[in-house]
Amino acid sequence: MQRTAEAVLIPVGALCAALLLFGVFMLLVGKDPLQVYALIYKGGFGSSFAWQSTLARAAPMTLTALCAAIPAQAGLVIIGAEGALLLGGLAAAAVGSSVAGAPLLVQVCMALAAMVVGGAWVMLAGALRHLRGVNETISSLLLNYIAIALFNHLVEGPLRDPASLNKPSTLPIGEVNMLGNFPGLDVHLGLAFGVVFCLLCWVLVRHTSVGFALRIVGGNVRAARLAGLPVGLLLLGACGLGGAAAGLAGMVEVAAVHGAANASLVAGYGYAGVLVSFIARHNPLAVLPVALLLGGIAASGGQLQRHLDLPDASVLVLQGIAFMTILAAESLRGKLRWFTPAEA
Amino acid sequence: MSKQDVNGDCRASATKPSAVPNTARREIVRALAVAGVGSALGLPFMPTARAEGKLVVGVIYVGPKDDYGYNQAQAQAAAALKKLPGVTVVEEEKVPETMDVQKAMGSMIEQDGASLIFPTSYGYFDPHMLKMAEKYPKVRFAHCGGLWSADKHPKNTGSYFGYIDECQFLNGIAAGHATKSRKIGFIAAKAIPQVLRNINAFTLGAQSVHPDITCQVIFTGDWAMPVKEAEATNSLVDQGVDVVTMHVDSPKVVVETAARRGIYGCGYHANQSALAPKAYLTGAEWNWTTPYTAHVTAAMSGAPMNNFMRGGLKEGYVKTSAYGPAVPDVARKMADGVKGKMMKDDFVIFKGPLKDNTGKVVIPSGTSRVQTDVVLEQMNYLVAGVVGKV
Repeated sequence: MQRTAEAVLIPVGALCAALLLFGVFMLLVGKDPLQVYALIYKGGFGSSFAWQSTLARAAPMTLTALCAAIPAQAGLVIIGAEGALLLGGLAAAAVGSSVAGAPLLVQVCMALAAMVVGGAWVMLAGALRHLRGVNETISSLLLNYIAIALFNHLVEGPLRDPASLNKPSTLPIGEVNMLGNFPGLDVHLGLAFGVVFCLLCWVLVRHTSVGFALRIVGGNVRAARLAGLPVGLLLLGACGLGGAAAGLAGMVEVAAVHGAANASLVAGYGYAGVLVSFIARHNPLAVLPVALLLGGIAASGGQLQRHLDLPDASVLVLQGIAFMTILAAESLRGKLRWFTPAEA
Repeated sequence: MSKQDVNGDCRASATKPSAVPNTARREIVRALAVAGVGSALGLPFMPTARAEGKLVVGVIYVGPKDDYGYNQAQAQAAAALKKLPGVTVVEEEKVPETMDVQKAMGSMIEQDGASLIFPTSYGYFDPHMLKMAEKYPKVRFAHCGGLWSADKHPKNTGSYFGYIDECQFLNGIAAGHATKSRKIGFIAAKAIPQVLRNINAFTLGAQSVHPDITCQVIFTGDWAMPVKEAEATNSLVDQGVDVVTMHVDSPKVVVETAARRGIYGCGYHANQSALAPKAYLTGAEWNWTTPYTAHVTAAMSGAPMNNFMRGGLKEGYVKTSAYGPAVPDVARKMADGVKGKMMKDDFVIFKGPLKDNTGKVVIPSGTSRVQTDVVLEQMNYLVAGVVGKV
């Protein structure tokens, strides 16, 4: 009970501290902090419209965050979600525009193609790490640039729809194959993919022996080897699963938003996912509220810009402050007497 | 008539009177629910926005408003709107071409009461703006680009665009006089029709001064690649190019790098002369105030939306930067002469015989492609004298 309270209250307290600090910052640039808070509330959480806006923005981050969170269980710092998202989205668009059949069948094929391609892409970083000892953070980052170049080459070359004159795109997947919205809401079904994927990953990591093995690898590789765990397989599997999540995010962007793959997919959702994963301490379940929070901050950003004439960067300042306070507050974990059980 | 029938009739007639109030009650409940949802969605803001003589205009940019380029040109028009009586402008910058822009438009409409939206980035059109236009049929959406077509797109949407290749031709005249090496350069984002048209117009402008001028083109691959743009500028200077222009979202880096390397630059999108007062020759600028004001005026008076707006120098959709100190009188005279002809629709940039840089005839002798010719919008070649490949 007290442990749960600690797990919730520390980040919430940190968030309040972040808002206070942001208020001070706003005061320094000559804005009224109370008005700022009111606008953040109005833009992100103050009405059903605001909530839908927040949820829609959170959706892609729930999936890309897993691309960092799952490998992190095995001790890997992967920031390659952007590349996996792009290539996954491209694979989905290529499949969606060439496979004929019932919409559900096409969508399943798109999702599978996206997950396979995204998974394989991030596994490259895992394999480089395991077989050649290459730092996976650097290699996954560099793989993003390769992915962008490959993506642009294919979209502007072999996979280009000749009808897309001034905005090179792949062939459209067709209106019937698009993922719709939740009934009565203006939020696409991709959010459900994210929620389900996060829940499954949480079960995998916390409640299965595979997840336990993964965390042993993350805790101490040598101990894991001595215990006879298949370290290489676990590392690659974690990368593959993470990459599959990011690839699926690409499929969702194509199937629920764009209808084809084009340069608009390069929107930084992969990098936003890294931030979400770190704030969530790589806990797949915590990814959900954190994505919601960042989605809300993004939705509020418009209000701050429009009514206070603040630049877009002010939202990044708030994000940055929140990131710092939440990570700093983690050091308080287990140190506050109030939360420590009496027998400990 | 059996008893049952009578009973049945009685039941029917007994329920009838009460049925009316029941439905009425249901209607009231439904109305209340709608009102509740409406207020939750922020709908009550809308009537105030639609009040007589008042208009809330939303403007959305893909990059920063002060980028010395594409977005700044739009923001200058938005700033001009703010001076009009009864007009409130709400702006949002750095909005990616994803679900984010749909939500930004929705938020401007639902939460700020906007009824005219300028989503200014090319990629906002399909699917984002079209989806929002379907959802909010009473709101007007004016998009920058030439994508609107009467048989495909709704009446509450529209496109505005300008024939800026006219100004690139004039840039070319200034460049043609300024170059000593007879080699000029063009830094371009992507090999798409709009960009190719600018490269070709710039080259033809320079060749109208000296027919042997060549134009080296470098494609960076994307709209905002500051590092690559700087590298490309340096590489052009190293190859002997002494005047550059560009078609990228923010020309800042190219103009500054050119000035630092001691060569000249012609601007694009907005006025960059402040960045390099001596090296800046002239520039091709948008004048979006013209279409913005027209849309606002129509929206305020309730006139139907002008769905397809196009224009060049003559219509006031584009303009040129004032000449820099390095432009000699002879160049000014020649450029002003051509500009005067363009203002009178008396000048054709793309006319036959015109060959591309592989030797193929792209416009046969005797054919003139005037600005409104849609064939020009599918341009997929570089004219003779351009060094580069599509």
